[in-house]
Amino acid sequence: MKVLVPVKRVIDYNVKVRVKSDQTGVDLANVKMSMNPFDEISVEEAVRMKEAGTATEVIAVSIGPQQAQETIRTALAMGADRGILIKTDDDVEPLGVAKLLAKVVEAESPDLVILGKQAIDDDSNQTGQMLGALLGWPQGTFASEVKAEGGTVNVTREVDGGLQTVALEGPAIVTTDLRLNEPRYASLPNIMKAKKKPIDMKEPGDYGVDISPRLTVIKVTEPPVREAGEKVEDVATLVEKLKTAGAV
Amino acid sequence: MAVLVIADHDNAALSDATAKTVTAAKAFGGDVDVIVAGKGAGDVAAAAAGIDGVRKVLHADGDAYEKQLAEAMEALIVPLMDGYDALFAPATTMGKNVTPRIAAKLDVMQLSDIVGIEGQDTFVRPIYAGNAIMTVKSSDAKKVVTVRGTAFEAAGAGGSAAVETVDAPGGPFKSAFVSEEIVASDRPELTAAKRIVSGGRALGSAEEFERLMNPLADKLGAAVGASRAAVDAGYAPNDYQVGQTGKIVAPELYIAVGISGAIQHLAGMKDSKIIVAINKDEEAPIFQVADYGLVADLFNAVPELTDAL
Repeated sequence: MKVLVPVKRVIDYNVKVRVKSDQTGVDLANVKMSMNPFDEISVEEAVRMKEAGTATEVIAVSIGPQQAQETIRTALAMGADRGILIKTDDDVEPLGVAKLLAKVVEAESPDLVILGKQAIDDDSNQTGQMLGALLGWPQGTFASEVKAEGGTVNVTREVDGGLQTVALEGPAIVTTDLRLNEPRYASLPNIMKAKKKPIDMKEPGDYGVDISPRLTVIKVTEPPVREAGEKVEDVATLVEKLKTAGAV
Repeated sequence: MAVLVIADHDNAALSDATAKTVTAAKAFGGDVDVIVAGKGAGDVAAAAAGIDGVRKVLHADGDAYEKQLAEAMEALIVPLMDGYDALFAPATTMGKNVTPRIAAKLDVMQLSDIVGIEGQDTFVRPIYAGNAIMTVKSSDAKKVVTVRGTAFEAAGAGGSAAVETVDAPGGPFKSAFVSEEIVASDRPELTAAKRIVSGGRALGSAEEFERLMNPLADKLGAAVGASRAAVDAGYAPNDYQVGQTGKIVAPELYIAVGISGAIQHLAGMKDSKIIVAINKDEEAPIFQVADYGLVADLFNAVPELTDAL
């Protein structure tokens, strides 16, 4: 089974985000960038499938600037076999990403595409579902467990009330949630080995799809700041304050 | 102009999130219709017809819709969109799962988790875990959005819309429901609760989580939430998680117990009206957003609080 894993280069999740003073966006200059945490979980899952003998090849694909190559290298160091970089300096919206990925799927014919459920920069939570619709493939989103057997993929999903398991007739789309696995750190020898693994260099123009943006950012602002209140001495004072505020 | 709203329900009851989405749809403008897709969900359709401001309810009934799986929902709703200018869905796991498929089929770039509407094509939504707020204009002919429930009041009752049956494509679809583990609870649903008590990793174990948090919740008639750390550690089930990638809540009262207050957790609860933090680390970031902070050992403070209420 061949597995395709899209990976996105995003601002590191520990970085405190700063909104630019001219309200055009978020300041990304000299900020640490990393692989989207949900995509790390996707790579880990695909690599584990390969280690278990379920998957035969794991391909990491990224759409982004030249530096997104580093994100692909991270995936390769974790155990992916090869990479594809669709190089662009423009922001590509989830719909455009899904269209490009649909073309990559056409060319590579994977049996499974595992994506992060959302990217922690724009928090859209769309790309996997959109790719599923464009390909006419079924989806198991927000996965906390994935079992691929024969042509069927069983996915346990984290839903509002608890957990739900669905059976998908492959090829299929899976999007990962936090509890699916704990991604490994790449070892130094594997990081060295990853440097020799191939990365195909592509451009959006190679795929002949319209990825022009549909959204125009009017402004990006700071959220309203919440002021810290007061420290209370003890439980009795707390209860009194809550009663005065009408909260209990 | 007309807007179609996707109802979120379990075939027995309509979720509160649906009435909030109707409010957002009314703010967008035009006639508001609601689609109820389910199996034996007649009561839900009747409840949707009672939401104030709804023009009509489209009711689709079939086995394939019992769990509102995305593939069937796509087949049902995409053709209906010929008659609508916008599709609104609550940003519940159902809405998040289903809506982008429909958007892609309509060749529309979806706007996820909107918290504001500034006209026919301009929407406000949080990005970077709510650390930035983006105002964005869509050039698509039709709009597809999911709505953050905490940003809109639920539309009231008192409507009397007509319920119309629509044909539901029967499939076969490439996905099938196998099983579910839905936690039955007498407590209010997290995203609709007026009060929430939420526990973190400092509780130390699933037993202690239950022993300390449940009586406090029962005393307050509150829902129980948890931080990601507590869920990851197995102290609480996944559907308790409050945060950027869990549930977004804004109750009247939020009591954070043993939660340090990572950005990702704050993203899910900082719009709560009153925030109480109980933590023994006085430097914990949770105190920066708390109205009332108590620096104390939670193992003493929580039972004392439960008794005092």
